[in-house]
Amino acid sequence: MIPAAFEYVAPTTVEEALQALAEHGAAGDDVKILAGGQSLLPVLRMRLNAPEWVVDLSRIPSLRGVRDGGDHLVIGAMTTHDAVGHDPLVHEHALLLTKAVTHLADAQVRHRGTFGGALAHADPAGDVGAPALALDASFVIAGPGGSRTVPAGEFFVDIFETAIGEDEILTEVHIPKHTGWGAHYEKFVRVAHQWPIVAVAASVRLDGDTIAEARVGLTNMGSTPLRATAVEEALVGRPATEDAVREAAAHAADGANPPTDLNGGADYRRHLATVLTGRAVLAAAGRNGTRVPG
Amino acid sequence: MTATQDPGVATPTAEIGRDRRRKEDQRLITGRTRWTDNLTLPGMLHLAMVRSPFPHARIASIDTSAAKQSTNVVAVYTGADLAESQGACINAWPVVTDQVTPDHLPMPADRVAFAGETVAVVVARSAAEARDAAELVEVEYDELPAALDLKEAAAADSDNGVLAHPDLGTNVSAVWTFDSAEAGTGSDVEEAIAQAREDGIVIEREYRQQRLIPAFMEPRSVVVDPTGEQITMWSATQIPHILRFALAATTGVPESKIRVIAPDVGGGFGGKLQQTPEEMIAFAVARMLGKPVKFTETRSESLMTAHHGRDQWQRLTLAATKDGTVTGLKVDLLADLGAYVAIVGGGVPVLGAFMFNAIYKFPAYRFTTRNILTNKTWTDAYRGAGRPEATYAVERLMDELAAELGVDPLEVREKNWIKHDEFPFTTVAGMEYDSGNYEAATARAKEMIGYDELRAEQRERRERGDRVQLGIGVSTFTEMCGLAPSRILGQLNYGAGGWEHAEVRMLATGKVEVVTGASAHGQGHETAFSQIVADRLGVPFEDVEVLHGDTQVSHKGLDTYGSRSLVVGGEALVRAVDKVIEKARPIAAHLLEASIDDLEFAQGSFTVRGTDQGLPITEIATAVFASHNLPDGVESSLDSEATYDPVNFNFPHGTHLCAVEVDTETGQIKMRKYACCDDIGNIINPLIVAGQVHGGLVQGIAQALWEEAVYDENGTLVTGSFVDYLLPTAADTISFDIDHTTSPSTTNTLGTKGVGEAGTIASTPAVVNAVVDAIRHLGVNDIQMPCTPERVWRAIHSRSDGGGETAGAAAPHFDPSTGMSGTVDRAEGGAQ
Repeated sequence: MIPAAFEYVAPTTVEEALQALAEHGAAGDDVKILAGGQSLLPVLRMRLNAPEWVVDLSRIPSLRGVRDGGDHLVIGAMTTHDAVGHDPLVHEHALLLTKAVTHLADAQVRHRGTFGGALAHADPAGDVGAPALALDASFVIAGPGGSRTVPAGEFFVDIFETAIGEDEILTEVHIPKHTGWGAHYEKFVRVAHQWPIVAVAASVRLDGDTIAEARVGLTNMGSTPLRATAVEEALVGRPATEDAVREAAAHAADGANPPTDLNGGADYRRHLATVLTGRAVLAAAGRNGTRVPG
Repeated sequence: MTATQDPGVATPTAEIGRDRRRKEDQRLITGRTRWTDNLTLPGMLHLAMVRSPFPHARIASIDTSAAKQSTNVVAVYTGADLAESQGACINAWPVVTDQVTPDHLPMPADRVAFAGETVAVVVARSAAEARDAAELVEVEYDELPAALDLKEAAAADSDNGVLAHPDLGTNVSAVWTFDSAEAGTGSDVEEAIAQAREDGIVIEREYRQQRLIPAFMEPRSVVVDPTGEQITMWSATQIPHILRFALAATTGVPESKIRVIAPDVGGGFGGKLQQTPEEMIAFAVARMLGKPVKFTETRSESLMTAHHGRDQWQRLTLAATKDGTVTGLKVDLLADLGAYVAIVGGGVPVLGAFMFNAIYKFPAYRFTTRNILTNKTWTDAYRGAGRPEATYAVERLMDELAAELGVDPLEVREKNWIKHDEFPFTTVAGMEYDSGNYEAATARAKEMIGYDELRAEQRERRERGDRVQLGIGVSTFTEMCGLAPSRILGQLNYGAGGWEHAEVRMLATGKVEVVTGASAHGQGHETAFSQIVADRLGVPFEDVEVLHGDTQVSHKGLDTYGSRSLVVGGEALVRAVDKVIEKARPIAAHLLEASIDDLEFAQGSFTVRGTDQGLPITEIATAVFASHNLPDGVESSLDSEATYDPVNFNFPHGTHLCAVEVDTETGQIKMRKYACCDDIGNIINPLIVAGQVHGGLVQGIAQALWEEAVYDENGTLVTGSFVDYLLPTAADTISFDIDHTTSPSTTNTLGTKGVGEAGTIASTPAVVNAVVDAIRHLGVNDIQMPCTPERVWRAIHSRSDGGGETAGAAAPHFDPSTGMSGTVDRAEGGAQ
């Protein structure tokens, strides 16, 4: 498992990183950004890709950490999953993220892999895309001409493809505060460390026993993370009861085009999405019913 | 001097049965030891293999010119270059005299027969440079049709279908049959089936033993040093002795000129019981260049090319009377050998032939295996080797019979099993079971898991129509282990014997070196064998050093597999130790000035009966070293060796009970409890036994629930990484409840039975039986392994076996052969 040779640079500021991208990109070289390496390194080691340059963002301090941005949280792109999972601000204002990253892959991956790296990698089976989408995250992307902000709905373009340009770097993710919302990430796997076969990210705001607002994101139900807007709409104003939630959750797979692979056919995934959505929403609403396997 | 005065033998007899932590673990866990890939020799060169992406193709041309010009490349060889020197991979077990055995050259020159077969080797000064240059080797292939599906391959001939090796004219390597009527061990099974069709019960099923990958922790690695008089090979192998023989037999290099060393080896599970093409290629290259070379496989290469296991279709017919007495069993196997007949590949299904009758008293039995060649990775021994397949089939059938009769699965088993007072018992397969107590193990296991309470809960959940249903799975397994009596191996046409060798060296300082021919690769031989010697010789555990795995140190041996090390190698050791004691006895008598008849040996010392006069054997060792005062005619050595050939296998058994919850909405399976009571005879080290049982259980459970090697229609292994080949981790398992009953083996001095494979053999049917039991009332009577949530869900909703629904959709999440196309092509640099 030896990668092909490549040149390596580890800038200490975003400006230097952008400069490296511009310089080597302009020279016609294939440049990859290393942002934790939990997907890139296996790809390089298996020689599925052989870039001329690798730009490592791990030595740029400004890309790390979580801070309070007023009505939103600012998560540095190079903040590790583990740091996100243990951050008190995230726990208070974006509980869904805490829930999603706590069981992401395994401990080693959570300590090396980064939040922004995973989002930029845009694996539709990744655990952070759906929660970010569900929470209406916006993405700050730095480029040669300065920074721009892309809403979640425009960030994910296709499988492994985002709005980030070749000469750009994802620097921050802004998560609107969902203070007081209940949240749950319902992940369906066969073994603990695998990518989810399907997962559902759900966050709800209750008004008494009534669901006032709901956010539902789907993992691995298409070529990008998906937002189950039909479910969200159907939930608003309904009581947080099993019947009402399941009725709404029946719309979870509407419009989804999930993959078929060793772990399940597309029809099975559609079925799972509806079941898991019901469970996720109920759990987010604090209505955990009978204990379920898995 | 008396024994009690010596602080070194303060508690000399507490060793057997003691929870000793393993001597070897500190170095193994910290890695401060010598694995093959850690070795660096002066001037050592590195190899990289160029492998075929096609399962079946003619090699039209190979252009090595660009690779040869690459930085620091020393040589590039193709099959043509090695034709004279590479030797061959041997098949040690032609199961029938007319077995069809394709020639297996380590590196073929004209045709490849599976995806991953080596067609060229690059030799460079570093591993990275070798890998870089391997990418530059240009191979043109003419693709040939590939025999991939086992059933289709079995049905093919020269005129119809696809042959894995067209020149052989058939895909059938061997047809091997055992018939109890012909063997005189029982009656005719067709009569039993006919009778049962008339007035009894006939259960007919077809089960799939999916293909598995042993997935040992340390990838295979080999270093060959041709410097000096001998050629030395270090290899991450289970079988240094057999490998030396095979190297000599196929390359013409005299055995005396070859030394094979298996240093610390990181697991095998049967997967390193092989003479591999990579070892042969490294051996040939080192000889050609006169320089040391190293080859270490990548994990991807390991998954793709190291031999796989299982892969059978089992057609089964069980006949019984209406009261549930089994009257006969007929077994028809198709066994997928892959592209070549591996070292014991053809024998794996044959080993199973003696186990389909399990613990039961069937009067009639017929077994046939058809061993089939396909264009896939070769198959061979994998933990249990033939016995897990057999146990699975019979234990699944007993559950089906119980369901047919509407009785508890344990009841139908008890009706048919060999009773405790019937041992030794000669089975319908001709085996003599040494000892056992199925009643006791079953009673204990039921108590451990709370069997009756679980059955009550199951009834309650069924009545309530709960979304989560409970299933209780039973497996009352036995196995044959301690491979093997040489005479029986001879009758089975196996190419070698089954003895084991041990040597005990008494050092001048009173320390003891033990040399064993069993080559450990994670089992804990050093600890267990030290305990045996400490117990029998009365020396401190710490003073025993166990040496193994080097043909120069341990000149004789048949290595480690088939749960044989303790029951065969341990017995050899006991006999060698006893010889040491007997050699010391006349010297002790001489030094103590006593009659030899008045001496007793206990707790490490000879004492004169009725006196306080004594002499520790360690001091006798020192006296022998000096040899100043030995009796006349006595040899100046206590060192002794023994070779032991077992008179019989032995037959551990156990009752394994498993409770699972099945979510009928998603098909998800959650294990709730697993309890087992194994009878493995006397136990040397309970801690090691617990480790073997726990690890074995996880491996067997993994076959039931998670693991499967899947090929696509192009013959590409789609489970080519651990992303898609689902190995469980600790996060996926529960805490197992294990216990033992003890029926000492009557075939070895220590009364021990093998335990290395027990958990794996027993657990697979226990789990699948539990899954089926949970949803049987919904009209399901089988789930094909691995029991994926999707298969369970489909079975519930279509009332079928749930197999094959996504068979045409064998897409990996992470595809090493075609690349994660999105990743490779995507424009952004975003990677995590």
